[in-house]
Amino acid sequence: MQVTLHQDKCVASGQCVLAAQDVFDQRDLDGVAVLLDERPPAELHDDVRQAAAVCPALAIALADA
Amino acid sequence: MNTPGNVVVVGASVAGLTAAVTLRTLGYDGRLTLIGDEPHTPYNRPPLSKQILAGTWEPDRIKLRTDEELSDLDARLLFGRSAIGLDTAARRVVLEGGDSVSYDALVIATGVTPNSLPGAHHLAGVHLLRTLDDALALRADLRHKPDVKVAVVGAGFLGSEAAVAARRMGLDVTMIDPRPVPMRRQFGDRIAGLVGRLHTKNGVSMRCGTGVRRFFESGGRVTGLELTDGTLLDADVVVVAIGAAPAIGWLAGSGLELGNGVECDPTCRAAPGVYAAGDVASWHNDHFGCRMRLEHRLNATEQAQAVARNVLGEGQPFAPVPYFWTDQYDAHIQAYGIFPSDAELAVLHGELEGGHFVVAYGHRGVVVGVLGWNSPCELRKLRQLVVDRAPWTSILPTPRAVWPGRHLSASLR
Ligand SMILES: Cc1cc2nc3c(=O)[nH]c(=O)nc-3n(C[C@H](O)[C@H](O)[C@H](O)COP(=O)(O)OP(=O)(O)OC[C@H]3O[C@@H](n4cnc5c(N)ncnc54)[C@H](O)[C@@H]3O)c2cc1C
Ligand code: SF4
Repeated sequence: MQVTLHQDKCVASGQCVLAAQDVFDQRDLDGVAVLLDERPPAELHDDVRQAAAVCPALAIALADA
Repeated sequence: MNTPGNVVVVGASVAGLTAAVTLRTLGYDGRLTLIGDEPHTPYNRPPLSKQILAGTWEPDRIKLRTDEELSDLDARLLFGRSAIGLDTAARRVVLEGGDSVSYDALVIATGVTPNSLPGAHHLAGVHLLRTLDDALALRADLRHKPDVKVAVVGAGFLGSEAAVAARRMGLDVTMIDPRPVPMRRQFGDRIAGLVGRLHTKNGVSMRCGTGVRRFFESGGRVTGLELTDGTLLDADVVVVAIGAAPAIGWLAGSGLELGNGVECDPTCRAAPGVYAAGDVASWHNDHFGCRMRLEHRLNATEQAQAVARNVLGEGQPFAPVPYFWTDQYDAHIQAYGIFPSDAELAVLHGELEGGHFVVAYGHRGVVVGVLGWNSPCELRKLRQLVVDRAPWTSILPTPRAVWPGRHLSASLR
């Protein structure tokens, strides 16, 4: 799985961190999400899919890889 | 636990689309129909009052799914079609034009329709703000000439965001609300007062505690308004943002319980085989022990996911901690939970006057809400207090200031 984060769309809601804290974090300054792992291991894929599904800004894109 | 073979979803925005997508993700391989009355493919609404209105984003940036992803759904997509009736006994949805669609399970996700002010909406220059077309029409009107005078009626989050966008364009903006401060219903007096000051500081002329008596026009176009306190205002553009009502007109006579929205049980079920999700749904949230209907972006997603699971037989109560955000100038305001009118308030981080803070709302002895102002990371961590229903007294040694019993209004309806 290949994760892409579009920071210019992010609204700092933190839902991705709540869903998958090993893959996403938020910048201290403004809360914009940062990607910790572009290719997360298989056991985290469900959490990452949930992060992408709940992101209210559609800022997380997933591709098979 | 009979899995339905034929699911119909009415309302093709975030809740409806999410329900459909989640069904497929969970392995549902039966028939699926998605019906929506808007001509566009589904799009995200929050940017309408922000980037789309400001003109920094064009509409293709807010599509909820690409055309390819929509066709991957393997669903019958009936866009630009309205549902006008429901027969729950025969399990059929009636469409405008006369045809009907049968279902084993139905998901109602028709959202809300903005309230209008009687006697004004035929006038050019008077706008509502709910759809992409609304936002584009308003944007065109705001750019119509350089010195447009804008009146925003209603100082909730939508009106406030419209005022922000118009001020950013350098326009003359007046905001009118019968309540004493903006965003009062959402967050209560204390925080609402801060939002009001922010607008004033950014040059919006605030007219709180007064309503609109009548509109003036010339040649079918609005030219100004008279307020209930007698003030006369020039206005080339008027934004009416006075709340919205659940889109349940098409369900009249269906036998469903219709009150403030489609009334559902804790699993979001309204009748056998019938579920509701998103802005239109009223359900009992067991976490807070009360009925609620939310007009929040995240809720539409989470509730639709829960409904999809329940359509497939899971039967779990939907008991989330609600989340909401709004952007007002340089303030990014986010909130988790609920904000009852008689809640107590305590500062957990930062200073109310300092531009960065988190406040907690206490009600009946437990933390029921946390609100952050430019403090996204701290807020996310403090959300757990609401999840845990932390005893109010347990946080009291921490807060920097407390206002017992301060009158705050509910975000619940
Ligand atoms: C301008 C704007 C800005 C917002 N900003 C924020 C924000 O910053 N933060 C936040 O948390 N929330 C925000 N929201 C709220 C958020 O967008 C909504 O909670 C969310 O869109 C609800 O989704 P929904 O699918 O339940 O309803 P809707 O998005 O209302 O979708 C319902 C769909 O059903 C269609 N429909 C209605 N009746 C019928 C019928 N009879 N037949 C067929 N189709 C029908 C409608 O046309 C619509 O397409 C904003 C909303 C708006 C309008
Ligand atoms: S969920 Fe989306 S909007 Fe929220 S912080 Fe993560 S990327 Fe940003």
